[in-house]
Amino acid sequence: MPQFKQFPLPDTAEGLTEADILTWHVKPGDTVTVNQIIVEIETAKAAVELPCPWAGVVTELLAEPGQTVEVGVPIITIDTDPGGAAAPAPAPVAAEANGTSSGKIGEEMPGGRIATLVGYGPKSGTAKRRARKDAPAAAPAAAVVAPPAPAPAPVVAPPAPVVVAAPAQTPGGYVPLAKPPVRKLAKDLGVDLHALTGSGPNGVITREDVETAVAAPVAAPAASFVDNGSRERRVPIKGVRKATAQAMVDSAFTAPHVTEFLTVDVTPMMELRARLKNAPEFRGVKLTPLAFCAKAIILAARRTPDVNATWDAAANEIVYKDYVHLGIAAATPRGLVVPKVRDADRMSLKELAVALDELATVARDGKTSPADMMNGTITITNVGVFGVDTGTPILNPGESAILALGAIRDMPWVVDGEIKIRKICQLALSFDHRVVDGQQGSQFLADVGALLAEPGIAITY
Amino acid sequence: MSSPEQWTHPEPDAAPAATAAKPTAEQVIAGLRATDEGGADLVQLLTPEGERVQHPDFDIDITPEELRGLYRDMVLIRRVDREANALQRKGQLGIWVPLLGQEAAQIGAGRAMRQTDMAFPSYREHGIAWTRGINPTELLGIFRGTDQGTWDPVEKRFHPYTIVIGNQVLNAAGYAMGQKFDGKVGDDEGEATMCFFGDGATSQGDVHEGFVWAAVYDAPLVFFCQNNQWAISEPTERQSRLPLYQRARGYGFPGIRVDGNDVLATLAVTKWALDECRHGNGPILIEAFTYRMDAHTTSDDPTRYRLSDELEMWKLKDPIERVKVYLVRQQWADHEFFEGVEADADKLGEELREFCTNMPDPPAERIFSNVYAEGSPALDAQRDEFLDYVSGFAGGEH
Repeated sequence: MPQFKQFPLPDTAEGLTEADILTWHVKPGDTVTVNQIIVEIETAKAAVELPCPWAGVVTELLAEPGQTVEVGVPIITIDTDPGGAAAPAPAPVAAEANGTSSGKIGEEMPGGRIATLVGYGPKSGTAKRRARKDAPAAAPAAAVVAPPAPAPAPVVAPPAPVVVAAPAQTPGGYVPLAKPPVRKLAKDLGVDLHALTGSGPNGVITREDVETAVAAPVAAPAASFVDNGSRERRVPIKGVRKATAQAMVDSAFTAPHVTEFLTVDVTPMMELRARLKNAPEFRGVKLTPLAFCAKAIILAARRTPDVNATWDAAANEIVYKDYVHLGIAAATPRGLVVPKVRDADRMSLKELAVALDELATVARDGKTSPADMMNGTITITNVGVFGVDTGTPILNPGESAILALGAIRDMPWVVDGEIKIRKICQLALSFDHRVVDGQQGSQFLADVGALLAEPGIAITY
Repeated sequence: MSSPEQWTHPEPDAAPAATAAKPTAEQVIAGLRATDEGGADLVQLLTPEGERVQHPDFDIDITPEELRGLYRDMVLIRRVDREANALQRKGQLGIWVPLLGQEAAQIGAGRAMRQTDMAFPSYREHGIAWTRGINPTELLGIFRGTDQGTWDPVEKRFHPYTIVIGNQVLNAAGYAMGQKFDGKVGDDEGEATMCFFGDGATSQGDVHEGFVWAAVYDAPLVFFCQNNQWAISEPTERQSRLPLYQRARGYGFPGIRVDGNDVLATLAVTKWALDECRHGNGPILIEAFTYRMDAHTTSDDPTRYRLSDELEMWKLKDPIERVKVYLVRQQWADHEFFEGVEADADKLGEELREFCTNMPDPPAERIFSNVYAEGSPALDAQRDEFLDYVSGFAGGEH
């Protein structure tokens, strides 16, 4: 009886995954001998000739010259017993899951595959590893591969069902992943790495994980549900975070917030900025859109002083201020801080730009002192630096207005009845409705927008 | 005083400077000449044309039976090499290190050793293993990556293969010094050690240190350097500005260059060197001038860096053909003998194939079992954990 064997493409160098077929030296019908060169292939490393593993007759070439074949994929079928009796069809290819069952190297497996040392079934679908014996009984029924339907030629017995199930997830796995210093730390502290789940990349157990495990008494392992505790991190509420939270809650529950939005074409502002950057007096100055926005707010607040006022509930008075202490919300490693530019209303654009730059540097270094954050009169939050379009900012307690400056983007915009690509920015203004009426708030936002859209308007203020 | 002229102005026919990636025509010719001719000092007893020549210092009385034995050794080990190379191409081995072309160097050196002599191989010494009575099937696990070699190094007097380049030279120097300290050196019954490495290894610090130690302790050690002209893609002219055997002089021991494709000359020179060593006159460096006819390993493609002219030239110097010609010319062997050797080779090749395709993987426990002589608690814990992990998979150990 003819015996069909398939020769899978071997890995001819160390760790190659594929090769190109260069030339076939045999064709179907040819008689081949053991070690006869049958094909030349080219890998990333070398062009090599492959010898034939068996003697017999070539039945079929399974790959064309020029084709790239993955290691482990059969490239030729050889009948190793051509003198045999009537030829039944080649054995049906068994379910793919069989690729995961073990076969001795060189041994023919169901489906005619020959197990090789290397490049062994790289395409064997989902199950890269063999199933664990103690796979949960609740493995979905779909994971059980049914025996193939009775084959027309009963050459190969239907393979036994193979349970394919993901390995049961034990905490940390068998070999905990941790760097040597962390292992030493765990050993010194008496922490069993097996009991931890790593929070680092790829589940690596970090120093913090070990320290957390020491700090927290080990809870009795939960029996039936997945414990998220070990994947959570508890940080005491203190410092900036605590102050921020308190301020936000105070503000949100005492001042009735209203937020208005405005989308502005800031192309002229950006053009002006580009021109000023080249001007000698702005040499070395970091002239950001935020600086223009700050200048616009200061100018607009002159026309609408209500946004720069304070609701003093204790005195039952509204306090109007003839100065502007401009707060700039800055993201720092410690959290959100809002340092102030004192007397911003007396500053030129250049002075503002320099002050803002200094402010940001001090804040990012974590050196903003508490005094620097007191007694603001109005605030800008520059959400645009995070690529965010807009938001509904919450007022700094004691202030009546806060402006969110969104990201400046190239967008389609209608100019003189034509669609043009312009620099577009969204502004969002939240104000305390006790102090500022809708008309005043809208006026202020429109003024800021107009100043950014056409900086020349400033000359009229 | 100014420096001598030749220091700053090398001789016109000196080796070309190692700068250009693409060799000039002059460099090609120089390279061909460098690898083609062993030089005036080359010891040769059997020419590539199969003619026996005399040498004033080294000669050998060889019986027809002995020469037929050497021929058979070389044919069989070449078949083993070709079969294993093919097994790699069939996906049965992860890698193979071919010895094609170096049969005479290895069989000549191996057959010069006595049973009491010790040998330290690198990783291409399949021919030496053969002469130490190691079944070639025992080499296969190393190249499938399933074990480190299964022979007993003490019983076979053949150290496990060393993959790290040149490292075995230190091991061998230490072992030979031990032979000296144990009083096993000094008369005709003395012991000696052989250490095998290649031309590329001579640039390694380990080899230098081995030379130094063996020299100052007069260790009974034969350094056997198979100069196969190529350290992967690096030609010998990038390893040394003078013939490798001349390096020995700097360390204070003799160095000899022998035609590594001449099994008779290799046998004669190695026997002489081993005898010198066992009488206490070691160490000695032998440079066997030969050629690597195949790739460095199965992962290498030599056509990318060397000329086919070179290969064709060395084909004419085949180590087996010249012995065959000589045997026929002397009427020391007939057709029947050659056919018998071929049949033996076919049988050996088939045995190797059979063994390789049915080779069982060693048990998982093997990874741990030979690390320490008496185990260690940490390693035992790792072993238990690993075995527990492996046994957790369906379908047995593998």
